[in-house]
Amino acid sequence: MSNLQEKIAKLFPEASFEDAGEFRITVPDARLHDLVKTLRDDSELRFDYLVTIVGMDWKTSLGCIYYLMSTRSKQVIAVKVSTDDRDKPMLHSIADLYHIAQFYEREVYDFYGIIFIGNPDMRRLFLNIDWKGYPLRKDYDDNPSLNPVSIENERQSDFTDQWVETASGEVRKNERRIFAPEDFVVNIGPQHPATHGVLRFRTAIDGETIKRIDVYMGYIHRGIEKLCEDLNYPQTLHFMDRMDYFSAHNYHHGLCLCIEKAAGIEAPRRAQVIRVLMDELSRIASHCLFLGTFCMDLGATTMLFYTLRVREQILDIMERTCGARMTFNYDTIGGVMQDLDENFVADVKALLDVIPANIKEYNKLFTGNVITRNRMEGVGVLTNEDAVSYAITGPSGRASGWACDVRKTHPYAIYNELEFDEVIRHEGDSMARFKNRIDEITQSARIIAQLIDNIPEGEIQAKVPKVLKLPVGHWFQLVEGCRGLFGVYIESDGSTKPYRMKLVTPSMPAACVVDHITRGQKIADLITIGGSMDYIVPDMDR
Amino acid sequence: MGSEQLIQSSSLTVDDFGSWTAAFDSMLNSWMPSWCATLLECVLVGVGLLLVYALLALFYILYERKVCAYFQCRLGPNRVGPWGLFQAFADMFKMLIKEIIELKHIDKFLFALAPYLVIIASMLCFAVLPWGNGLQIINFNIGIFFLLACSSIGVLGILLAGWSSNNKFTLVGALRSGSQMVSYELSVGLSILTMCCFAGTLDVAEIVNAQRDHWFIVSAHVPAIIAFLIYLVAGTAETNRGPFDLPEAESELTAGYHTEYSGIHFGFFYLAEYLNLFIVSGVAALMFFGGWLPFNIEGWDGFNHIMGYIPSVLWFLIKAFIISFVIIWFKWTFPRLRIDQLLKLEWKYLLPINLFNLVLMTVIILTGFHF
Repeated sequence: MSNLQEKIAKLFPEASFEDAGEFRITVPDARLHDLVKTLRDDSELRFDYLVTIVGMDWKTSLGCIYYLMSTRSKQVIAVKVSTDDRDKPMLHSIADLYHIAQFYEREVYDFYGIIFIGNPDMRRLFLNIDWKGYPLRKDYDDNPSLNPVSIENERQSDFTDQWVETASGEVRKNERRIFAPEDFVVNIGPQHPATHGVLRFRTAIDGETIKRIDVYMGYIHRGIEKLCEDLNYPQTLHFMDRMDYFSAHNYHHGLCLCIEKAAGIEAPRRAQVIRVLMDELSRIASHCLFLGTFCMDLGATTMLFYTLRVREQILDIMERTCGARMTFNYDTIGGVMQDLDENFVADVKALLDVIPANIKEYNKLFTGNVITRNRMEGVGVLTNEDAVSYAITGPSGRASGWACDVRKTHPYAIYNELEFDEVIRHEGDSMARFKNRIDEITQSARIIAQLIDNIPEGEIQAKVPKVLKLPVGHWFQLVEGCRGLFGVYIESDGSTKPYRMKLVTPSMPAACVVDHITRGQKIADLITIGGSMDYIVPDMDR
Repeated sequence: MGSEQLIQSSSLTVDDFGSWTAAFDSMLNSWMPSWCATLLECVLVGVGLLLVYALLALFYILYERKVCAYFQCRLGPNRVGPWGLFQAFADMFKMLIKEIIELKHIDKFLFALAPYLVIIASMLCFAVLPWGNGLQIINFNIGIFFLLACSSIGVLGILLAGWSSNNKFTLVGALRSGSQMVSYELSVGLSILTMCCFAGTLDVAEIVNAQRDHWFIVSAHVPAIIAFLIYLVAGTAETNRGPFDLPEAESELTAGYHTEYSGIHFGFFYLAEYLNLFIVSGVAALMFFGGWLPFNIEGWDGFNHIMGYIPSVLWFLIKAFIISFVIIWFKWTFPRLRIDQLLKLEWKYLLPINLFNLVLMTVIILTGFHF
C-alpha cells in the first residue's frame, strides 16, 4: 500500500491519502482523469476494473467515490473527488477510460445532478426525463405534488446532451441525436417476453440486422438506496431480496457482512456455514432457472420444465428452513433467522444425488443439439478487455476469461476453507456463458457436499445490540451473487440509519453491454445475447 | 357436376364412398333439376367441410397440448371434461365470444381480409385431400398442383396481416414469413414433383391407386425416403411451426404477424396453423404412405384382411396424425433457427439435394430399378 502511496504522491502532489480499512485517494477534480488513467495504465498497478461510482452528498459539497479494482493484484482502492458548487456541480468524466463509467456517471447525474464533462451521453438513467430534483441529495424535496404520478404517455427525446470543455476551459453543451433520422427504430420492451422484466431496448434495425441499441432502465426503479437512508440497519436488510430475487441469500449475506464488519460483530461458525450452504443452493436454483428461461428464449420450451424440476426441489428445501420460496429474509445481522429444518441434511443429500443425472440430461437434450450450437457459438462475443471495461462479472465475465469470482479474489465467510474451482472459459460467446453456468452448478454442488456432513453445532445468532448504531466511517463489502459481484457501500454518521448506502449490482453492466455486443448481429441474436447475459431487471433498477 | 366431378371409384371394398356419393347424386338428380341438385350438393359439401374443419382443429389443439404436456412432464388439460376432452371446445367458445379490438391507424380492409385469406387457403386444400376411398370433394387431373397453388395463398394473408397492422413487430414477422415460405415452397414443390414423376400423374386418386401394391416410400426406396425427409422439414417450415416458427417467434416478435389480432380473427390464424399442420401431414400420407390405403404386408393374407376392415377414412387420419406427431415432436424439442440459418438450410442444402434427388428418381424410373 505504501508503494502505491509513494508512487501516486510523486506524480500527484495535491492528492491526499487515507488508509483506514481501505485505501482512499482524494484528488481535486482537475486531476481526476489523469490519476485514474495512471492507475489504470501503470504496468504495476493495472486498476482496470471500475467497480462502481458512488455519488455522495456531504451537505456542503457533492462528489463521487470511484471504486477501482486491479484484475492483477485484486486490490480495491477508492478515489474520492468532490465539488462545492451545489447549483451546477460539474466533474470530469472518465467515460473514455472505462466503458461502464458512462452509465455509472449517468446514474450519479440522475440522483445528484452532477454533470460529467466529456461524458458522451448525459441523460437521466432511471428517472423520467421530466423528473424534478435529484432524489439522493440531502436537500431533495420529496413533496409528491412536484412529481405527480403521470397518467400521460411517457415523454421521450431523441436527443442527448454532451458537455465538452474547450481549450480555453469553457464548458459548453452540445446536443446530439441518438439515432440517425432515417433509422427504423423498434421498441423492444418494456413489455416484451424476452427482456425478462421491464427493460426497454430501443433498437435501430436494418432488415434483420441490428444497427444500434439504446437501453432504457428504471421501469421498476424503487429507490432502494434512498429508502434505506430512512430505515435503521436491520430494516434495510429487507430490501436485499427485492433486487436480484434469485440471489436473495447472497445479497442478504453481503449486507450482513458489511454491517457486521462495521459494528465489529462476528457471526457464529454454524451461522456462517448455513449462510454459505444457502448461498450455494440459491446459486444452483438460479442457474437452473437461467438454463430454462434461456432455452425458452431460443424457442426450446421443453427444457424449462426439466430445469424447474431441480429448482423446485431446492425451493422446497428453502421453504422448510426459511419459510419462503422466494424473497427469503433469512440472514440477520450476526447470524441467521432460525435453525435448519430437521430434514435439511437428508433433503440436500437427495438433491445432490439427482443433480449429475439432470445435468447429463440437459446436455443431451439441448447443449449438443446442432441448432443450439449454431444459435449460440460465436454469438455475442465479449472479449476479455471489454468484459473488464464493461464490468461484466459473474459467470458471464468468467466466460470471457476473467477470473472475477469474489469467492476466490476476496474470500468471505468460510469460502477460503472450501475446495472448488473457478469455472473459466475463454471463448466469450453465448455458448461459453451457458456452459459456465452448467459447470457452476457442479461446483456449487461440490461445495455443498463438503459442508453438508460437517455443519458445526452451536449458536446461530451472535449477540447484537437492540439498537444498532454504526460508528462514523465508511465500509465496502463484496460478495459473489448468482450473477456476479455484489457490493455494498455504507457511509455512517454514527446514527442508527445509514447516511448513504450504495448497492453495486451485476445486472446493470450486463444490460449496458448489450448494445456493444449486438451491433451487426441479427434480432434473434439480441434475444440470445440478452438471455445469456442473464440480467435481472429489478437488480439493475434497484 | 360440371367440371367438378365427384369421384367414381371402380373399387369395390366395403367402404366405397364413391358409390354412395354417386347414388346420392343420381337420387337428387331424379328428384330435381340438375342445377338444383348441384347447388344442394355444393351447400352440403360446404357445411360438411366447415364442420370437419372445426372438429379437426379442435382435435389438433387438444392433441398438441397433450403431446407437449407429456414431453414436458406435465399432464396437460385435465379439468374440463374427462381427460380434458372439452378444453379445446371451451377455448374455442371463449375465442368466439371475445371482443374484436378496433385499432386506429391501420388499413382496415386489408386487416380484416388477411385472416380470411389464410383460412380460405387452408380450406381449399381440404378439397383435394383423399379422405377415403372415393371420398374426395373434387378430383381432377392436376389435383396435387391445385393443392400446392392454394396453400401458397396463405402467405399472402400473412404478409397482409403484417403490413396492415401498422406495427413494427408484425412487419418484421411478415417479412420473415414471406422469405421463409417462398423459400420452402420450392422444397415442398420439388419433393412432391419427385414423387409425381414416379407416380406419372398429378391426379390425387390415381396417385393413391398407384400405391395399391406398395406404398411409394417402399417402392421408390432411396429417392422417396430423401424426398420424404426433405418434405417433412420443408413442410414444418411451411406451417410456421417450431423450429421454424420465426414469423411468430414469441420471444423475439411477441406474436409476429398476428400480434394485433384479437377475438375470432386471431382464432382464424390459430385454426389455420393447426389445419396446415394436418394438410402437410395429409399430403405426406398421400404421397409417401399410400393415402387412405390400409397397411398390408405381402403374403400375410389374414392380417391384410383384418386391416381391410378398418375404414379408409380412419387409415388416412391415422397416417396424418402419426406424421403430425413427428412434427409436434420437432417443435417441442428443438430451439428456433435464426433467419439467416433458415435461408441457408433451404438454399444451400435442401434445394441442391432436392434437384439431385429429382435426377436420381428419373434415373430409377428409366432403369426400372424399383418395385
